[in-house]
Amino acid sequence: MRDLKKHLWSSLMMAITILVMPFTLFAAEEPVKFVAITAIVEHPALDNVRKGVEDELKDNGYIVGKNLKLQYQSAQGSSANASQIAKQFVSNKPDVIVGIGTPSSQALAATTKTIPIVFTAVTDPVIAKLTPSWEASKTNVTGVSDALSLDTQIDMMMKIKPDLKTIGYIYSPGEVNSTIVLKQLEEILTPKGIKIIAAPAQRTAEIPTAAKSLKGKVDLIYTTTDNNVVSAYESLVKVANESKIPLVASDPDSAPRGAIAALGMSYYNLGRQAGKIVIRILNGEAPGDIPPQVGNTTELVINTKAAERQGVVLSDEILSMAAEVVDK
Amino acid sequence: MSFEFFLGSLEIGLIYALVSLGVYISFRLLDFPDLTADGSFPLGGAICGLCLYIGVDPWIATIFGTLGGCIAGMITGWLYVKLNILQLLSSIIVMIALYSVNLRILGLAPYIMGETSRMAGSPNLPLLGAETIFSPFINASYTNQYIVQPMMVLVFVIVCWLLLNRFLSTQKGLALRATGTNARMAKSQGIPTGSTIILGMAISNGLIALGGALFVQTQGGADITIGVGTIVIGLASIIIGESIFPAKRMWVITLSVIFGSIIYRLFIAVALGNELLQNIGIGTEDLNLITAILVVLALVLPKQVKKLLYKRGKAV
Repeated sequence: MRDLKKHLWSSLMMAITILVMPFTLFAAEEPVKFVAITAIVEHPALDNVRKGVEDELKDNGYIVGKNLKLQYQSAQGSSANASQIAKQFVSNKPDVIVGIGTPSSQALAATTKTIPIVFTAVTDPVIAKLTPSWEASKTNVTGVSDALSLDTQIDMMMKIKPDLKTIGYIYSPGEVNSTIVLKQLEEILTPKGIKIIAAPAQRTAEIPTAAKSLKGKVDLIYTTTDNNVVSAYESLVKVANESKIPLVASDPDSAPRGAIAALGMSYYNLGRQAGKIVIRILNGEAPGDIPPQVGNTTELVINTKAAERQGVVLSDEILSMAAEVVDK
Repeated sequence: MSFEFFLGSLEIGLIYALVSLGVYISFRLLDFPDLTADGSFPLGGAICGLCLYIGVDPWIATIFGTLGGCIAGMITGWLYVKLNILQLLSSIIVMIALYSVNLRILGLAPYIMGETSRMAGSPNLPLLGAETIFSPFINASYTNQYIVQPMMVLVFVIVCWLLLNRFLSTQKGLALRATGTNARMAKSQGIPTGSTIILGMAISNGLIALGGALFVQTQGGADITIGVGTIVIGLASIIIGESIFPAKRMWVITLSVIFGSIIYRLFIAVALGNELLQNIGIGTEDLNLITAILVVLALVLPKQVKKLLYKRGKAV
């Protein structure tokens, strides 16, 4: 009996700590607007999206602590956390919620039908069922897709390697955006007589192996904005340099890290574009009246040192197209 | 913590309570270190998602998801019992294989529906707008969602808990417990330990897959990443439960496992919702660390409080 009593006591203490801790902190401050941002995982590209959203808000007079309350949560790669964050945000009733990445945006859309949701870094919101079409959705969901025009990507590859016959594609089979791009690449390249060899890497540690498996089989390696690949880009660069395979990326940040060329969307600008939608909603527009957009700023970054290392001579034409040339 | 957020965390805790119950059967009752969970949780979700996507009745879809988990568990048990592969290794083999299987299952749905011409795997199957077991009870504006979903999951948990307790006191259930405690003795008493282990693994992973099937229906999509860390969450929940409510009777132990899972989710809720932490510069990147510290506290505090009370009692 005594034991039971002690036991109840200790459990009670635990329960009190858990319940009271968050309450004590919900004090004061009367912000005008409340924006909540969630990302499925933290890595440079997604962090840049977030930064873009925040800077766009700031430049438009929404200052944190003055007339804006900003909340940010990352799910640390766990879907259970993503789901819990979605529930937390919805219960806090912000004016707009920004979802970065497909699973986070889906969790938000499954939790609320009333609070405006702005998704970003989702390649195809229609396939992801976030919006029924590319028209204004008439629901609480809109946003910016990071889909790239693959035709311009392929044109750039042809400029780097005019006799292009085979492309190697390193990606994670666990990322929906990467598999969509693979599917679309195959559809575009097959009629052109160009083959694509896909080398899946489930974990970042498998990327060098995947790259080595392409040695002697491909004319160049193309990478999309795959979270795994982007976060371990250096390991890929090392293999490309050693085996003299040109490396082409679709994320401008990858060029300074060792890709010969990267034609893509700056994720920071993508965030800016999403931020513009957030502001339109804060100013009273309904999310259902704003059609989902595709990121509209692409830029070409060339790395001349990388070209040298990977045995490619760049034409003046492509050099003149570059928005930025790095040599390191 | 607002009431809505509390209920939301409760809902996820209850879903993962099914996982903890499953993990409890393999780890504690059978003494089988089973990592299949990381594959069977998304397997349940993937099968259920596939069925929902092609328009199967959501209740049947949930059952199919559960059965998928049972089969995965049976395979793990079979690899160990019949092929004599190490327990840990056989579960890892099944877990790895399930990753590819899950990609295939998730990719199958759009192919069946004729939305894509290629039968390729996919890491994400959207279920937004699909008919789920919850949708008939949720109003158009989703305002009652935060109360309907946890209540329905609670019913699932109670039913599974009752059935499990019932089962564990049958002859088969007792045989299962004996096998886990001392396989050699159990065998000498005439218990077919091999088939008992396979049965136990089937029930264990069936429960885990049921959790996965319910999870995807609340999540708006089945994603390959939902499996990451399932086993860790399950184990942490068991240990928290056992540490806070130590007990000897089977029905109390299983109940404590359920509470453990809910408490684990409340820890995460605290870590997420705590603005003081955020104001002093601690962000979500520290989420796992905060959770780890809170789990350690949960493990240590009850014992320390007990000790303190004991000492005081002695002094008086």
